[in-house]
Amino acid sequence: MSEGLVTVSYIGATILFILTLGGLSNQETARRGNMYGMLGMTLAVIATVLGPEVTKNTWLIIIMMIIGGGVGLTLAKKVQMTQMPELVAILHSLVGFAAVLVGYVNFMDHSIIFATPIEKSIHEIEIYLGVLIGAVTFSGSVIAFGKLSGKIGGKPLLLPGRHLLNLGLLIITVWLCDVFLDQAATGGGTYPLFLMTLVALGFGVHMVMAIGGADMPVVVSMLNSYSGWAAAATGFMLNNDLLIVVGALVGSSGAILSYIMCRAMNRKFFAVIAGGFGTSEGSGPSSSAEQEGEVTPVEAEEVAMMLTDSKEIMIIPGYGMAVAQAQHTVNEITKALKAKKINVRFGIHPVAGRMPGHMNVLLAEAKVPYDIVYEMDEINEDFPKIDVSIVIGANDIVNPSAQDEPNSPIAGMPVLEVWKGTTTVVLKRSMASGYAGVDNPLFYKENTRMLFGDAKDSLDAVLKAINA
Amino acid sequence: MRIGVPRELYSGEKRVATTPEVAGQLQKLGFTIAIEAGAGKLANFSDDSYAKAGVEIIKDGDELWKSSDIILKVRAPADDEISLLKDKHTLISFIWPAQNSELMDKLAATKATILAMDSIPRISRAQKMDALSSMANIAGYRAVVEAAQHFGRFFTGQITAAGKIPPAKVLVIGAGVAGLAAIGAAKSMGAIVRAFDTRPEVKEQVESIDAEFLMLEFEEDGSGEGGYAKTMSDEFIRAEMELFAQQAKEVDIIITTALIPGRPAPELITQEMVESMKDGSIVVDLAAEQGGNCKLTKRDKVVIKHGVTIIGYTDLPSRLAAQSSQLYGTNLRHLLTDMCPDKDGVITVNMEDEAVRGGTVINNGEITWPPPAPKLSAAPAAKKTDAAPVVAEIKKPLIPVAIQPYVMMLAAGLCLYGLGTVAPPSFMSHFTVFVLSCFIGYMVIWNVSPSLHTPLMSVTNAVSSIIIIGALTQVSSEGFFPVMLAGFAILITSINITGGFAVTRRMLEMFRK
Repeated sequence: MSEGLVTVSYIGATILFILTLGGLSNQETARRGNMYGMLGMTLAVIATVLGPEVTKNTWLIIIMMIIGGGVGLTLAKKVQMTQMPELVAILHSLVGFAAVLVGYVNFMDHSIIFATPIEKSIHEIEIYLGVLIGAVTFSGSVIAFGKLSGKIGGKPLLLPGRHLLNLGLLIITVWLCDVFLDQAATGGGTYPLFLMTLVALGFGVHMVMAIGGADMPVVVSMLNSYSGWAAAATGFMLNNDLLIVVGALVGSSGAILSYIMCRAMNRKFFAVIAGGFGTSEGSGPSSSAEQEGEVTPVEAEEVAMMLTDSKEIMIIPGYGMAVAQAQHTVNEITKALKAKKINVRFGIHPVAGRMPGHMNVLLAEAKVPYDIVYEMDEINEDFPKIDVSIVIGANDIVNPSAQDEPNSPIAGMPVLEVWKGTTTVVLKRSMASGYAGVDNPLFYKENTRMLFGDAKDSLDAVLKAINA
Repeated sequence: MRIGVPRELYSGEKRVATTPEVAGQLQKLGFTIAIEAGAGKLANFSDDSYAKAGVEIIKDGDELWKSSDIILKVRAPADDEISLLKDKHTLISFIWPAQNSELMDKLAATKATILAMDSIPRISRAQKMDALSSMANIAGYRAVVEAAQHFGRFFTGQITAAGKIPPAKVLVIGAGVAGLAAIGAAKSMGAIVRAFDTRPEVKEQVESIDAEFLMLEFEEDGSGEGGYAKTMSDEFIRAEMELFAQQAKEVDIIITTALIPGRPAPELITQEMVESMKDGSIVVDLAAEQGGNCKLTKRDKVVIKHGVTIIGYTDLPSRLAAQSSQLYGTNLRHLLTDMCPDKDGVITVNMEDEAVRGGTVINNGEITWPPPAPKLSAAPAAKKTDAAPVVAEIKKPLIPVAIQPYVMMLAAGLCLYGLGTVAPPSFMSHFTVFVLSCFIGYMVIWNVSPSLHTPLMSVTNAVSSIIIIGALTQVSSEGFFPVMLAGFAILITSINITGGFAVTRRMLEMFRK
């Protein structure tokens, strides 16, 4: 295949990738979009393998792709929908790792001839940046995976002077870049590059460790963005426009997602990255927010009675539903109630769960029809008309202190205003506070009932009582 | 422990302290239950239905008292029953210790432990055992039913072929539990309902059930401790009476529920007001037991004065015996559940528990009434005014907000120009592609539906494995080490490609209408 044909294939792949992302604008076209993505990827890989740059070792490509493909398929088949955030995180780390590897190989290749020294320097900076972003993505994603899968505690790790530490690491990276450029000009530079890789790995670990569990959706989308920028940097390094385009697409996609998540929590992007959510702010005045009320517990049977007696029900799922794997029971309850001509809807907060859109995926898995699943902005004004809201394992996203308590760490975060409905039933394991570590006055409201216990067990009991 | 439920001796009392359903739940707590034969008959619970629920039926009342540790009753014990009360007993019933000091002395002499359902404090946690509220709810509902029984017209308005029927106008005085229940019942029968209360905070509750709240042009708050009302000032009462006098001329039915704890009921409906009411009007006086809110009320009687029917029943809950037994039994069960935390059928009188402490009026013969003042637990935390004032951290922005975007654009433009002066053309062409792609990404991603954010992430993740192209071109490099590294990069990116696309596909398959 000639250079021209390869380029044409790349253009085709680029268009297909753009169509992939465009297809995700709604559910009907999303599947087609995914098909475009696969087509684009196949086209790009085949064109490259048949192109002029691959001259030997084709057998290695085939073996590696078969093994990798097998592993990937198995992973995708076996993963449970509740583990999606972990899977996405660990896949990001692979992109980061690959970027590091490609950067190193490119660095070791001395066959490229540059017209001017400045071109060489730019190429070196590209290598340096590619490896840097790749390494941060890699280690950050691995830590995010650990946090999401519970292998590492969700609490933010706050080293003393962590901002100074980050600044120090940044200065070291810039200094190492200078050293690297000096040495690379004369053919060396391996040590600074290697040192920088270590620093970048450390930075990735430190950055994600310092971020609290409630900010996980931001972290996951941010790492998504990084993996894109890593691909783009690699594209610059290899003078490959396809990589640049795709990297930029993915990078901006992740950046927008991060921005959406930050807005949903009313947090500044930089504040999330700086870490330590819900620990430092509002230390003094927050004591006035201490709760003195008492909660009203209920039994599953009473909840069932309340549900069957109402006309409008809103279900607010949170991470607790994912943990308890209760989404199927939720669907059964929804079906049973709909059969009784009760209007059941779902209200999804943008940051519910540990990943953007996490709840939608879980509900879809349980076959909840997506036209009764609404976004926060669509239904937040309907709460005064709701008879019963069921909050399943969610906390911060229904916390009224975000609106009433200016000193609360979550002040100003948009929340689902469940307390405006007639009754709210909160399913919770215990009275522990949410991931943000903020107490929730909702539980003490007069029209709130608490159903304690594992969400799945409680809902099973409710379902039984509804059908009885 | 064994629970005994005797037949109520008080004449006309139809309620019973447990129902078959509640008895079944009590057994789950580890108790055994016995009931005197015929105890539930007047509330329409047969001995058979109790026996089916696993309750032992005992013919002889004395025998029942002897064999039981816990006695559940509705009314306070009569003298005959007190003689059966022994020190091993725990008796739970209505007692009204404030009004019955003589009874209290007699009960204390038996050395038994007595819990008064009427003395359970009105705190949020004890709502489930608040028998007063349960009974008041029933009384309020029944009051409307009694009024409808004696009222000669429809409650609801209708336009029929035979002419127009105006809706009945109902005034409810005192919007406590009973008042609200009455408002709800009257409203659902179609009447126009107005309500009055000295406590302004109930306005919202009244309006929430669609009734009209009558306001006085007067500044005084009648909220007393524990959610009850308190006595108001003279001026207030005068204004209030004027309002009632005016309303009496208009409305068809007046239901009064005004009670202040431990005092005779305030007189709200005077003889003149009754005279001013239309013929055939009704007054239901729920305060008849404490002397009545209406001057002409006769306790436990229905009297007709000046063409107005005045109902003074004091046994309204008992007139809905099955319902009130059910609710009262459940209140008792909640109390026993709290007293028996281990579900082993053994109760402990925990004087640290605010609800149990309030209910316990006699502990092993020692009078423990009245309890220390209840804490108002549902009240919002007092605002700490001395809290350090929040220092408003409004930093003046370095650059005025209005021109910020332009400044940013200028800075970005300068940076690009700076880059353009040093970078070679080959780099700049790639850079053009990069910037344009960022914009395409920006435009496309904003259109993605929020519910598809997870598939978006997994598909972008798969797509970003395009980095495999880099590894593919490097696999033909010279030297073993670079080839192996490139091979490994191909391996992990392949995992990512297939994994990412496959899992996206799996997720998208699940989204269905």
